[in-house]
Amino acid sequence: MKTIRLFDIAHGRSGDKGDTSNIGIIARKPEFYPVLVETLTQETVKSWFGPICKGKVERFELPNIQALNFLLHEALGGGGTVTLKLDAQGKTMAAALLKMEIQVPDELEV
Amino acid sequence: MKTSIRIAAGQGFWGDLQRAPVDQVTHGQIDYLVMDYLAEVTMSIMQKQKQKDPALGYARDFVSVIEKILPDLMSKNIKVIANAGGANPFACRDAVMEVAKKLGITGLKIGVVHGDDILKRLPEFLETGIELENMDTGESIWKVQHRLLSANVYFGAFPIVEALDQGAQIVITGRCTDTGLTLAPMIHEFGWKNDEWDLLAAGTVAGHILECGAQASGGNFLGDWKSVPDFANIGFPIAEAHPDGTFIITKHESLGGLVNTMTVKEQLLYEIGDPTQYIGPDVVADFTSIQVEDAGENRVKVFGIKGRPNTPFYKVSASYEDGYFSSSTLVYSWPDAAEKAKAAGEILKKRLDLLGYQFDEYNAEYIGMNSCHGHLAEKVEDYPEVMLRVSVRGSDKKSMTGFGMEIAPLILTGPPAVTGFAGGRPKPSDIVAYWPALIPKTVISPKVEVTG
Repeated sequence: MKTIRLFDIAHGRSGDKGDTSNIGIIARKPEFYPVLVETLTQETVKSWFGPICKGKVERFELPNIQALNFLLHEALGGGGTVTLKLDAQGKTMAAALLKMEIQVPDELEV
Repeated sequence: MKTSIRIAAGQGFWGDLQRAPVDQVTHGQIDYLVMDYLAEVTMSIMQKQKQKDPALGYARDFVSVIEKILPDLMSKNIKVIANAGGANPFACRDAVMEVAKKLGITGLKIGVVHGDDILKRLPEFLETGIELENMDTGESIWKVQHRLLSANVYFGAFPIVEALDQGAQIVITGRCTDTGLTLAPMIHEFGWKNDEWDLLAAGTVAGHILECGAQASGGNFLGDWKSVPDFANIGFPIAEAHPDGTFIITKHESLGGLVNTMTVKEQLLYEIGDPTQYIGPDVVADFTSIQVEDAGENRVKVFGIKGRPNTPFYKVSASYEDGYFSSSTLVYSWPDAAEKAKAAGEILKKRLDLLGYQFDEYNAEYIGMNSCHGHLAEKVEDYPEVMLRVSVRGSDKKSMTGFGMEIAPLILTGPPAVTGFAGGRPKPSDIVAYWPALIPKTVISPKVEVTG
């Protein structure tokens, strides 16, 4: 096994709906999609964000575009115009998730 | 019937690049220009403007854009659809008519979609048991009734279609879904029916891709931003739509930017919830049915989209006053930049407490260290510089104003090597909070008026 960053095999975009942060993560190649499905569970994502996400994490699969969509509830300090956070709309949350280091088989060509 | 139409995105929000709609009209062939001006709380700003001056309350940017492009619109027969009307679509129409007159253009037909503003009807709804419960908290809108600034229903594509059917060249709406702006010309041109769910879903997905402007054509592209050519002249996306619901996302060749499957996929995922049910007023689109395929340089084919019947509700976006916000920054340089920024935040907090000020929330962030990613940010041994950003929120005006007076003194009465205090004492600004709700379609009727 080797250690890579999620960013090596995926990209994404994040935004907001109220106090919920939406993070879309997309496999850079179709063969990376199963790795995302296996690695990025609701539990691993919830634990990765720790105190940043105060509510639950929901995961939705979009195999058609080799992507996962995450909803992080209570993650934006009240959300919208109420939040005091600099990143009020969670625009940098996708990047925060893509920083994660993961273990993949040596054969996986990144 | 046309076999394809080109729908170009011109604005992704109120304040987007002013040259984008001009470029879309002048750098190649298009049939429609669609412009989205309304974010969630934009309506409240517009309502306030309208209260001060009954001739205001819409996106004035739109009128100056029209002034620049109207001759081209007329000579090339390009139609424009925009939710620029905001809280006052008729005033927006009158302003556009004035522009046409000034340019000596005659025969311009403008459609206005209205009936979305339900602020004055709320008592009537509450009396009949329609409580507009907050979709996040379940609370009745009674709770904030006296602080409400705006309440609008999101209309879909069909009122716009009616205006186009009546020959409008420019359609101005109040609150309307971003996606409806793009779906409407497809329904109008291809004669799609209001129960052809797959087709309506396809047009909705096209609208979702266009609604944030250049975010589909290289802007904010996390996949590989360095591969995006000529950001300075970035081209906004264009949807080349076909009667069978398939469409190509592309852009004008002569402009910068990048359209590929990666840029389109990123935008598809932007601000969505459960992808199997993307709910709009016209249809429920299933994003897990979308197929995306490379179709040449800066061309992406999108197809296979499935939709389901719409719901009996319109979404309502209301906004209300919710206290005040204030924020300020100071920059600490080496040595001990991070420690000093943190110390300064704590000193400030203590001083505000000693003064007896009351806030609902106090937040100190350290820009350059971890303001974006919190504990996930890598630790650095000795930061060259750190910006302290302190923000407060509350309803006590005295405390909020007092906060603004305590920032600058930190420079002479706190940790050393500090700079970057500019712009004077921060003043509290009003917080406008958002109230999302649903309302039965049966009590609302969209209205369309075409003149000219």
